[in-house]
Parts: sequence; structure tokens; C-alpha cells
Amino acid sequence: MHKTLNPENTIKGVLLLFGITAILILSLIVIFLFNEGLPLFQYIGVSDFLLGDKWVPEKDLYGTFPFIISTIFVILGALLIAIPLGISCAVFLAEIAPRRARELVRPAIELLAGIPSIIYGLFALVVIVDLIKISFNLANGETILAGSIILAVMILPIVISISQDSIEAVPGTYREGSYAMGATDWQTISRVVVPAARRGIIASIILGCGRAIGETMAIALVIGNAEKLPLSLLDSGETLTTAILLEMGEAVIGSLHYNALFCLGIIPFIIVLFLSIISSRLISKSVTRFE
Amino acid sequence: MIKAKITDKVAKVGLWSSAMFIIIALVSILGYVFIMGVGSFNISFFLDMPRNNWREGGILPAIIGSLIVVAIALLFATPIGVGAAIYLTEFTREGKLTKLIRIAADSINAVPSIVFGLFGLALFVSYLKDFTGGPSLLSAGLTLGFMILPTIIRTSEVSMKTVSFAEKMESYGLGATKLQTIRNIVLPGALPGIVTGVILGMGRAIGETAPIIFMVSLNPVIPESIFGSGNTLTTQLYYLAMEGISMDVAFGIALTLVTIILILNYSARRLNSYFSRNLRR
Repeated sequence: MHKTLNPENTIKGVLLLFGITAILILSLIVIFLFNEGLPLFQYIGVSDFLLGDKWVPEKDLYGTFPFIISTIFVILGALLIAIPLGISCAVFLAEIAPRRARELVRPAIELLAGIPSIIYGLFALVVIVDLIKISFNLANGETILAGSIILAVMILPIVISISQDSIEAVPGTYREGSYAMGATDWQTISRVVVPAARRGIIASIILGCGRAIGETMAIALVIGNAEKLPLSLLDSGETLTTAILLEMGEAVIGSLHYNALFCLGIIPFIIVLFLSIISSRLISKSVTRFE
Repeated sequence: MIKAKITDKVAKVGLWSSAMFIIIALVSILGYVFIMGVGSFNISFFLDMPRNNWREGGILPAIIGSLIVVAIALLFATPIGVGAAIYLTEFTREGKLTKLIRIAADSINAVPSIVFGLFGLALFVSYLKDFTGGPSLLSAGLTLGFMILPTIIRTSEVSMKTVSFAEKMESYGLGATKLQTIRNIVLPGALPGIVTGVILGMGRAIGETAPIIFMVSLNPVIPESIFGSGNTLTTQLYYLAMEGISMDVAFGIALTLVTIILILNYSARRLNSYFSRNLRR
């Protein structure tokens, strides 16, 4: 009998290859980011890169401190808006919303999540920037605050949907116990349900934060893109991601400037991976907790 | 006691208004895009070439560019994503490798879009220049394909897991091989989920800007081949808005994008409910 090639094994091999494609892609991303970025540090110290306050590619000065501070400002502003709004909307949907209100709000959240970031940016550029200019009496409304506001709207769907899941996972017996003690709806929500769901809520905030760190297009259009240290939310700034976007067009492939822009990409990449691992752990714990 | 009741009322007003905020935000963004964009929304806007450096005329090159880029992304990601899902559900047990594949897929999903732009630039434009034509529609499409792969793996896998175990066993009981069972039972049963995943991936690919921004050209010409350069709706919108070239055309493109996304969302939802109504036994 001839040994024939079993088609099942061939197909299994091909499918295995497809299966590990995701691992391959992730490894390629890591390899290429570091391969193109790290040569910078043959010329510049890591501390000069992270703490230097001058970014002047013409003079080969690559200090990212202003970008890091701008990024932190934009994200803190966005979180200040999105956390209270997102959690209360999640509580509303999970605890007190009548069916018809829920049927209106849920699809609205899904749609918000599907709108491309460039359209958020366009809207913010013509509406929010002007509103800020008028309300704070500024010469130019292109500020970090404008970026924070639009970013907050963009991360709300993540914060809401994951918080809502974890609030809904809190067993009904918790609520019944609270009501039996004579607590009002709000007392039950604020002292029993939300604390019980805190892991999932924190995970939702971390995921929102990760999304915010990586966002580029929406904020590039509205934060003014000034390579300086911002002093307040009403200052203009330039984040790590928007700096890559704006400067890659001028950088020659293989130049020090090009290496430096890849290093700018490594920072949000590492932070985002870290946040995604933490949040998925928190989510899996928050689900198994009540089982 | 009375104080607690007043607090309760006030808090509920707060919760209601946060939900109202979501509705207001959505309506004002979509409404504004509609009002500003509807003026340029007509057949010639889609079918004409741009004139006067994109300030007037239509957006045909960007539409064709978007179609090509999204088609390449889906042609890459659909077979690989569905194949990976079949491997994960039918050919292996939960173990180190499956865990690693899932972590990798989740991580790819989390990677910032501009980092994909850097990656695509380094891999396709710089290293594989001879195969992809450098900054070409092929490079852009493959970068987007990498990006949407996790979505397609995840949705296909979830829907394959819902295919009933009993049905699979019946198939084996009738003497079918593993491949026959996959072809006749698993794939048809999982089809609605797979299609939904492909639609979701399409929506994501069509709306992304940052991953492909370093691979497009601004020349208003119809792309000659996938190895040639071109641009897409999103990248063109970015340049028009960033350089302040034409807000009218920018909002026309924005309305086009929003319309496409709404149609995709709606059809994904309809498909899902249609299939779940017809296939439930």
C-alpha cells in the first residue's frame, strides 16, 4: 500500500499556519518598531529622549518631554469627563432605565463606537474649537481641552459597555438585601451595586485610557500642534501620536529623525499592551467572582 | 429619611441626564455632518474627478481607492481569520498555543492605529518595496488586513462555538470525516457570525486613517493598479480639513463615510436577526 498524503493533515497544517498568523503579526510589529526605533539610542541617551524638553529634528535634538506632558494632559482631561458620565450612563442602563429608554441609548452607543475618528476630529475642529474660543475668550480655540472633550466622547462607548456588563453581573440578591434594609434605589446603587462591580468598572476606565493614548486623527485636528510644554488645558500641545502623524512625511527613511519617530511610537505601544493585559485580567476576575 | 429620598431623586435626574448626553452627542455629530455635507451630496460628487486641486468637483479617485484598499484587507483577513477560527475550535484543545493566539489577537486589537502606520511603513513600504510597490494601495490594504484580523478571528470563533455539539456528532455518526463535518455542519452554522464579523471588519477598515496615512498620494488620479499609489476617503478628508483646503468637500466625504458606516451597521444587525430567526431549531 502506498503511503498517501492524508488531506486532513495537510489542511490541519494550513489552518495551524492561519492560527499562528496573529502571533506572527504581533511579533513582526514588535520587531519592526524596535528595529527602526532603537538605533536612535546610539546617538542619544534614553534619559535625554524621555526628559529632554527640546524637539528640533534639524539640530538632531529629540526630547519628548513636551509630547509626554501633552499626552498626559489630554488623557487626564478626557478621563475627567468620561469617567463620571460613562459610569452614570452604565448605571442608568443596567439599573433604572425603562426598556424603551434602553432600546434608544444602546444603539446610540454602538453607533458612537462605529464613527471613524477622523469624523470626530472634523466635528471637533469646526464646532468644539469655536465653542472653546468663545467661552474662554481665547485667540485660538485649538487647545488640549478641545482634544480632551472629543476624546471623552470617543471613549465613552468602551467605558459604558464594559461597566454595564460588570454592573449587570452583580447578583440580584445583593440588591434585595439592600432594599430589605430599607435603602433607596440610589443608596443601593452607590453603596452596594457599584462597589461590587468595581473591578469591571476600573477595567473599563483602563481600556478607555488605552484607547485614548493611541488615538491620533481626532486630536491632531484640534489641539494646535505646538511643540512646547503646555501649561494648562487651555494651552495648545502636541501628543506622542500626533507628532508621528505630522512629522513622518518630512522624515527620510533610515534617518535619525525617522528612528526618533519610531521611538515615539514605542511608548504608547508598550503602555497600551500593558493596559490591555491588566484590564483583561480584571474583567475575567470580575466575571468569575460571582460564580 | 426624607433627605435620603431627595438625594435619590436628584441622583436619578443625574443618571437620566448622562444618558441624554449620549443621545445629544450622537445626534449633534451626525446632524451636523448631515447638514454641512448634504449640499455636495449628489451623483456627480461620487462619479466626477476632482477639480482645482480637490476644491471642486467629485471624489471618484478616493472612492475607488477606498474600495480597493478595503477589498485587499478583506481578501487577506477573511480566509486567514476564518481558518484560524476553525483551527481554534475544531483542531485543537485549549492549551498554551491557543492561549498565545488569543493574547496575540487581543494585543493586535489594542495596538494604536498610528503604530500600525509605522509598522506598515517599515514592512511594506521600506522592506518589501519590490513586492508591494512601496507606498501603494496594496501596502495600505495589507496593513488594514493585519489590523482587522483579530475582529474576524474572534467573531468567527464565537459563532463556530454556537454550532451544536449534537449535530456535529450526528455528522460523525453518519460516517462523515472531519473535513466533511466542517464543510457541511460547522461552516454553514457559523455563517451568520462570520458574515457579521466581515461586515464589522469592513466598517473598521473603511473608517481608518492613521494606519494608511503614510502610504497615500494626494494626486487626483484614478489608481492604475494595486501596486500604484492612490488615496482613500479618510486620508483625503484629513488633508482637506488639516490644510483647510475645502470644508465643503471635507463634509461631503464625511457624510459619505457616515452613510456607509450606518448601512454596514444596519445590515450587520439585520443579518444577525434574520439568521437567528431562520436557523434556530
